[in-house]
Amino acid sequence: MELHDVWFVLIAVLWIGYFFLEGFDFGVGILTKLLARNRVEKRVLINTIGPVWDGNEVWLISAVGATFAAFPEWYATLLSGFYLPVLVILVCLIVRGVAFEYRHKRDEEQWQRNWENAIFWTSLVLAVLWGVIFGNIVRGLKIDADLEYAGSLWDLFNPYAVLGGLVTLALFTFHGAVFTGLKTVGDIRERAGQLAQRLGLVTVALVTVFLLWTQVHRGNSESLVAMVVAVAALVGAIGAVRAGREGWSFALSGVAIVAAVAMLFLALFPNVMPSSLNADWSLTVTNASSAPYTLKIITWCAAIATPLVLLYQGWTYWVFRKRIGTQHIADAH
Amino acid sequence: MDLALAPETLARWQFGITTVYHFLFVPLTISLAALTAGLQTAWVRTEKEKYLRATKFWGKLFLINIAMGVVTGIVQEFQFGMNWSDYSRFVGDVFGAPLAFEALIAFFFESTFIGLWIFGWDKLPKKIHLACIWMVSIGTILSAYFILAANSWMQHPVGYKINESTGRAELTDFWVVLTQNTALTQVFHSLSAAFLTGGAFMVGIAAFHLLRKKHISEMKTSLRLGLVTVVIGGMLTAVSGDFLGKVMYEQQPMKMAAAEALWDGEGPAPFSVFAYGDVDEGHNKVAIEIPGLLSFLAKSDFTSYVPGINDVNKAEQEKYGPGDYRPNIPVAYWGFRWMIGFGMASFAIGLAGLWLSRKKFMLPGHLRVGDDEVPHLVPFAKPLGPKLTTWYWRIAVWTLAFPLIANAWGWIFTEMGRQPWVVYGLFQTRDAVSPGVSQGEILTSMIVFTLLYAVLAVVEVKLLVKYVKAGPPELTEADLNPPTRIGGDSRDADKPMAFSY
Repeated sequence: MELHDVWFVLIAVLWIGYFFLEGFDFGVGILTKLLARNRVEKRVLINTIGPVWDGNEVWLISAVGATFAAFPEWYATLLSGFYLPVLVILVCLIVRGVAFEYRHKRDEEQWQRNWENAIFWTSLVLAVLWGVIFGNIVRGLKIDADLEYAGSLWDLFNPYAVLGGLVTLALFTFHGAVFTGLKTVGDIRERAGQLAQRLGLVTVALVTVFLLWTQVHRGNSESLVAMVVAVAALVGAIGAVRAGREGWSFALSGVAIVAAVAMLFLALFPNVMPSSLNADWSLTVTNASSAPYTLKIITWCAAIATPLVLLYQGWTYWVFRKRIGTQHIADAH
Repeated sequence: MDLALAPETLARWQFGITTVYHFLFVPLTISLAALTAGLQTAWVRTEKEKYLRATKFWGKLFLINIAMGVVTGIVQEFQFGMNWSDYSRFVGDVFGAPLAFEALIAFFFESTFIGLWIFGWDKLPKKIHLACIWMVSIGTILSAYFILAANSWMQHPVGYKINESTGRAELTDFWVVLTQNTALTQVFHSLSAAFLTGGAFMVGIAAFHLLRKKHISEMKTSLRLGLVTVVIGGMLTAVSGDFLGKVMYEQQPMKMAAAEALWDGEGPAPFSVFAYGDVDEGHNKVAIEIPGLLSFLAKSDFTSYVPGINDVNKAEQEKYGPGDYRPNIPVAYWGFRWMIGFGMASFAIGLAGLWLSRKKFMLPGHLRVGDDEVPHLVPFAKPLGPKLTTWYWRIAVWTLAFPLIANAWGWIFTEMGRQPWVVYGLFQTRDAVSPGVSQGEILTSMIVFTLLYAVLAVVEVKLLVKYVKAGPPELTEADLNPPTRIGGDSRDADKPMAFSY
C-alpha cells in the first residue's frame, strides 16, 4: 500500500468521522421541528449537541484541509466544480454556527425563533447537499482533460445524486432521533424512539435502493460487503429501537453510516473523482496526489494527532454523558 | 472582458473582503482567549470574586467574537479551491501541509475545548475547567502559527522544487517552511499586534464603564490588564515590525519601495512623511521627507542605498521577462502608513493611560483611591481636571477600534504589495484563478458573502454592545462552588445546567 492509498483511506476516515458525528447534529437540528412540541423541548434538543457540535464540525475542516495537502488536484476540482453547492454549504455552516452561539443571547422571542428556524433549515439543507455532492462524485462528473468540471449546475441534480441527498437526509434524521433517545430523559425520549421507528423504515428503503444502485453502477466485492453491513446495521438499529436498547441502536446506526460512507469510497477507489466524459480524464489517487515527501510529513501529523483527537473528543462526550430533559434547561443565560 | 468584472478582479475582491473581515475577529480571539484565561487563573489562585466576574464578562465577549471567527474561517479553508483552483493545484503540495496541520492540531483543540469551557462550569473541577480555556488559547496561537507559515511561503517561497513534468511546486523541506525568518517574524508581528488589539479592546470597554462610574472594581482590574497588554503588545509590534521590514527589504524590495513611494533608488534614502505621486510618470509630485531614515529602517544605518520602484521593476523585467511588476503604489503607500499610524496611536494612548492611572505606591497619599473608586488620572503632581479626565476616557473608548483598522491595513498592504505575484517570484495572481468558474458564479458568491457578512456584522456589534453595557454578571452559588468531580457532583438529578444554549 503506497502513501497515496493510505491518504485515500485517511480522507475517507475523516469524512466518515464527519458524517458519523455531524450526522446526528444535523438530525437533531431537523428534529427541532419534527419532534419538539414546545420551545423548551427545542432547547433540550439543541443542548444535547451544545458542547460538541463545534468539535464535530472540525472533522469536515480537517477532511478538506487534508485533501488540499494530500490531493491538491482533488481539492481544486471538487471545490471549483461544485462551486454553487459549496457556496450554499458555506452559507449554511456560517448561519448555523452563529445560530447556536447567538440564539440564547437575547430574550426577545422573535430573535430566538429566527435562529431556531435557521438551525432547522441549515441542518436540513446541509444534510441533503452532502448526499447530492457525494452521489455526484461516485457517479462521475463531466471532467475535461484539464481536470476542470465542464458540466452545468443542473447536471448535478440527476436522479442518482438527488436520491443520494434524500438518503443522507433520512439517515442523518434517523441517526439524530436515535441519538436523542440516548441523550434525553422524559417524554421527549419516548417520542424520539417512536419517531425513530417510523423514520427507520423509510431510511432502510432509501439506503438499500441507493446502495444497490451504487453497487450495480460502480461496485466491487469490497463495496458489496460494506453495503451488506450498512443495511444489516440499519435493520439492527431499528430492532434495537423497538427493543428499547438505546445504546445499541445508536451504535448500530453509527455503524450503518460508517459502512455506507465506506462503501462509497470503496466503490470510488482508485478514482477520487471519476470523469464521465473520458476515463483517462478521471482524477485518481495517483494523478491527484501530492509528492511522497508531503504525504510522509502529513502522515506523521495525522498518526499523532488523530488518536489524540479521538481521545479528547471522546472525553468530552464522557464529561457531558448525563441525559438532559426539560427540567435541566436553565432559565438565565 | 471588462477588467472591473474580470474573474480575477472579482476573486481578488472576494478574497480581500472575506479575509479582512475574518481578520477582525482573529486577533481579538487570540488575545481575548489568553486574557480571559489569565483572569480565570487569577480567580483560581486568589479566589477574589472580582476576577471571576471579570472572567465571565470578558469570556462572554470572547465567545461572541470567536463564534464569528470560527464560521468566517471555514470560508478561508474552502475559498482557495473554489476561486483559486489553479493556485491550489500549483501549491497544494507545499501550502496544503500547514493547513492540514492547522486543522488536525489547532482547530480540533480550539473547538473541542471551547465546548468544554462553555458548558463545563458545573461539570468540571476548577483547575480542569481552567485548563480548558488555556487549551483554547494554545489552539488559537498554533492556528496562527501554521497559517502564517503558509502565508510566509507565498511571501518568500523556500523548501520546495518545481517538478518539471507536472509544473507544480513540491515540498522538499517542511522544517524550512516552518522556521524561515519570514515565518518567524510574521508570527512575532501578528501575535504582538493581536495582543495590542485585545488590550485596546479591554481598555476601551473598561474606560466606557469607568467614565460612567460603573462596575468599578472589575473594570479597574481590566483597565490595568488592558493597558499593560497594549503597552507590551505595542512595543513588541513596533520591534517585530522593524524586523519584518528589514526581512522584506531583502526578500521583496518592491513591496517596501512601494510602501515608501521611493521611485528611484537613493543612498542615503529618506523616509517619506507625505507623498502624492504620479504613477504613470513614475515619480512623486509632492513629497515631505526625513533624510536618511529609510536607509536605517531597511539596513540599520543612515547611509545605505535603497532600491526604488523603477529599479526593482527593471530588475524583475530582466529576471522574469517583460511585464509590469509594480503593485498598486498608493494602496501600498497609504496602507503602510495607516497600519503604523493607527497601531501606534493606540500604543500611545495606552502608554499615557498606564502612566496616568498608575498605582497607589507611585502617588502621593491624597491622590490614592480605594478599591471601589475610579482612579484619578495624574500626569504629574496634580490630577487632570474633570473635563480632561472625561476626554481621556472618551479617547480610550475609541482606541479599541484603532488596532482593528491597523490590522486590516497591514494585511491589505502586505498582500497587495506582493502583487502581481501570488507566490512571490514564482506564480502570478492572474494565473491562479479557477478557469472553470464563470464570472457569474464568482459575482454571486462575492455578493452573497458581502451581504451575509454585513448582516452578521450588525448582529454581532449589537450583541457586543448589549453585553458590554450589561457589565459583569452577578455570581451565583454554583459559580462560587464549582464541582470537585468530573461530570459534576450534584446529587440532585434534576438540577438545571449552569449554562445552556
